[in-house]
Amino acid sequence: MLEIRIDRKCYPDRGGRPHVALSGLNLAVQRGEFVCVVGPSGCGKSTLLNIVGGLDRELDGRVTMNGAFPEDVGFMFQEPRLMPWMSVLDNVLLVAREGVSEGGSGAVAPEGAAERQRERAIALLQAMELEDVLDAFPARLSGGMMRRVALARAFINEPELLLMDEPFVSLDSPTANRLREMLVAQWQRCGASVLFVTHDLREALALADRVCFLSAAPGRVVLDLAVELPRPRDADAQAVDRLYQALLARHPELLGGLARSVETKGAAQ
Amino acid sequence: MSGKRTAAVQPPVPMMARSHPPATHAANSPGGRGAGRSPGRDGWLRLASLAAFVLLWQLGAMLADSRTLPDPLTVLARIVDETVSLSLPGHLAVTLGRVVVAFAAAMLIGALFGMAMGRWRSLDAFFDAWLVLGLNIPALVTIILCYVWFGLNDWAAILAVAINKIPTVIVTVREGARAVDPKLLDVARAYRLSRRTTFVRVYLPQLVPYLMAAARSGLSLIWKIVLVVELLGRSEGVGFQLNVFFQFFDITGILAYTLAFAAVVLVVEAWLLRPLERRLTGWRV
Repeated sequence: MLEIRIDRKCYPDRGGRPHVALSGLNLAVQRGEFVCVVGPSGCGKSTLLNIVGGLDRELDGRVTMNGAFPEDVGFMFQEPRLMPWMSVLDNVLLVAREGVSEGGSGAVAPEGAAERQRERAIALLQAMELEDVLDAFPARLSGGMMRRVALARAFINEPELLLMDEPFVSLDSPTANRLREMLVAQWQRCGASVLFVTHDLREALALADRVCFLSAAPGRVVLDLAVELPRPRDADAQAVDRLYQALLARHPELLGGLARSVETKGAAQ
Repeated sequence: MSGKRTAAVQPPVPMMARSHPPATHAANSPGGRGAGRSPGRDGWLRLASLAAFVLLWQLGAMLADSRTLPDPLTVLARIVDETVSLSLPGHLAVTLGRVVVAFAAAMLIGALFGMAMGRWRSLDAFFDAWLVLGLNIPALVTIILCYVWFGLNDWAAILAVAINKIPTVIVTVREGARAVDPKLLDVARAYRLSRRTTFVRVYLPQLVPYLMAAARSGLSLIWKIVLVVELLGRSEGVGFQLNVFFQFFDITGILAYTLAFAAVVLVVEAWLLRPLERRLTGWRV
């Protein structure tokens, strides 16, 4: 189980004055649970993920996963962040660790391990429908394909914890839906705990077991909502839409700013 | 400031938005980066340019006194003579050895300092004035001082050459280190890559265009300085031999050695550096 307790996290803003990004934030993610964190922009969502991912270690608080800081982590960023000088396959293999396998047969020759990693990476990329571009460089790929490579990279080690920072933002909605399906399929296969940050409430409702709403900065959890829709779901499906409308009716003050930003985004597309 | 010193020019190829590697000096890359041109036509143009050069030389030799400007065939015959007598290969090998050692030392030390100064601001602030000094000391001064302080030996000679080249390597590599993308380094940290893997597979590849630029401009600078060093304080090598020819007013000899050495440098550039660069930067579509 992942437990996050952030008493206070601040960093200097552009003027050099301390800006309190998160304060009094408590959040727990059960093993294998999919939790979405939703909040207005600037509420410290990315800061939260950077802390849990170990990219930012200066804080008052504690992050533990089964008693220790989470190290077995997959991270998907807002941009694909692939190494442009590496092929698709090499990008996935770059982060592949030894000793992640279904068999777990202990002592294997290093060549054997490398070969198995390679097979695993290829299988994963095939599941992402990328088998034709294994040797291509990222610059040749479309935005959606780059995200799929980044998704494969996040799953290559079958991590205990998967951190996702608005990974499907700025994609057209069919592409984003396709990627969400792939994400859910991989998550169900390997059973990682997922912490998924987004400002899009529909996306959160389509993906999560639980949605946590953050307040404006300094961010803390103001509503913790279990989503009990059956899977598979779809961001445009009626059930998601009904829940979305019901939430807006029940918590207008909470979601006002959020809904507006989502609405204008939808209109622009 | 530093950008101007390396004569940084934006190459006309599509780049990743964030990195701006300086192009190598135009004189080092005759059409080397031209995109979209057919290689066959390029080859013919280069051949025509060579022919025109030889023709002009021949014309000039016919017009001038043959002692001050011998014609191409005379020089070619001299190259053959000196090669057969093994005197040219001997001197050439000695000089090339010095070039290689000085080049390797300058690239290694310059790259280390460049990376460190690009990474740590305080180090950069501390060494910046030294760097400006190093960039502006005339080559002749370092050569003379090295010989005076360390004696007339090979190490002093190589040291003098390296000292001349190191500052320009530092400036170029520092520029690259500053342009390294922190977002990609964050990927390495998020996936808990080891320091070694991060350095070799995430950090260093971002510096490759800058290292290549430093290498290509470095090669041409270093072999010019090595000749001066040899002329001033060594008793073998192309520079020494040129001085001997100068004493005897042997223009044919001077041209023969110059051409032989220039040919070697061109071969290194075309068969070593350019293929290497193409290999390392092939991902730039």
